[in-house]
Amino acid sequence: MPWNLDSDRPIFLQIVERLESDIVSGKYAPGEKLPAVRELAVEAAVNPNTMQKACAELERIGLVYSQRTSGRFVTEDKKRIDQTRKDLAKKTAKAFLQKMEELGISRDEALKLL
Amino acid sequence: MSVLLECKNLSHRYGKKVALDDVSFQIESGKIIGLFGPNGSGKTTLIKQIVGLLQDEKQAIKIDGEPVGETTKAKVSYSPDRLAFKGDRKVSDLLDFYELMYDDFDRGHAEEALAGLGIDTGEYIGKMSKGTGEKTQIILVMSRKAKLYVLDEPFAGIDPVARETVIRIMLQNMPEDASLLLSTHHIQETEQILDKAIFIKEGKIVFQKSVEEMREESGRSLSEAYMEVFR
Repeated sequence: MPWNLDSDRPIFLQIVERLESDIVSGKYAPGEKLPAVRELAVEAAVNPNTMQKACAELERIGLVYSQRTSGRFVTEDKKRIDQTRKDLAKKTAKAFLQKMEELGISRDEALKLL
Repeated sequence: MSVLLECKNLSHRYGKKVALDDVSFQIESGKIIGLFGPNGSGKTTLIKQIVGLLQDEKQAIKIDGEPVGETTKAKVSYSPDRLAFKGDRKVSDLLDFYELMYDDFDRGHAEEALAGLGIDTGEYIGKMSKGTGEKTQIILVMSRKAKLYVLDEPFAGIDPVARETVIRIMLQNMPEDASLLLSTHHIQETEQILDKAIFIKEGKIVFQKSVEEMREESGRSLSEAYMEVFR
């Protein structure tokens, strides 16, 4: 199945988020090799240049590292992965509260709903 | 990023009717470009110029620095907007034909891709579903090691699952430094695989942009931009 992406937001950001969450959830375990860029692009049905950029970004932020000839691997640094987990959780909580605010529900009221 | 195709001030007439009017654009190597516009807007005329089926008298188009001709034809792999083969041919006949015609055709690769989709080389083209026929054609076209792939509406009349498969065949088989020009009405299905989009209206280019930049700047999808231009 192609990944479920919004066509009106930069695909690059959505791919980064998706791969971050795949690493946090353990779909790609610490130390595991990521599929090749081409393979990921075909799986997601997205532009290979955009996928390449997203993988480079994951490397830049330290979630994956590359080994010259053998490809990209998920970091073995569990603290780094935990950090991403917290970041993603914060983002999700923020989006939730924002949605509640749009509905006219205060932060306290929103918390009571949980 | 080097320029693979350069089109400068290209015009074309059929008798008195202007089909292309001062069209200029570039295709860089390694990019996927979408060409969109209503029927009769000039997409197919432009494609026929690029692949050398129409005379480009002023040499407005250069591919790899050379005007369209035998040299460029050898670098361009083209899929026309209808199935290019007669129904009384088998898939294996097409493989023979491609092998004979094109030095850069990788038969083993094509056979593997066909087998991967369960397409039997003994099958007759005339007995296939439209979707299978289109998949077969795209596999053949993509199994050449070309510099530029030109696909004219590879999704016409095929179901959504077959469309998705055709997209995957394209992504899977495109060499890294090659480019692909895709002309289609199926904008929603293809916008996520594009680097750049070109809209053509009554023979003129009215929009050409990086799709990702457009999303970033305007928060719009390509389908929305298209509707705005052509509605």
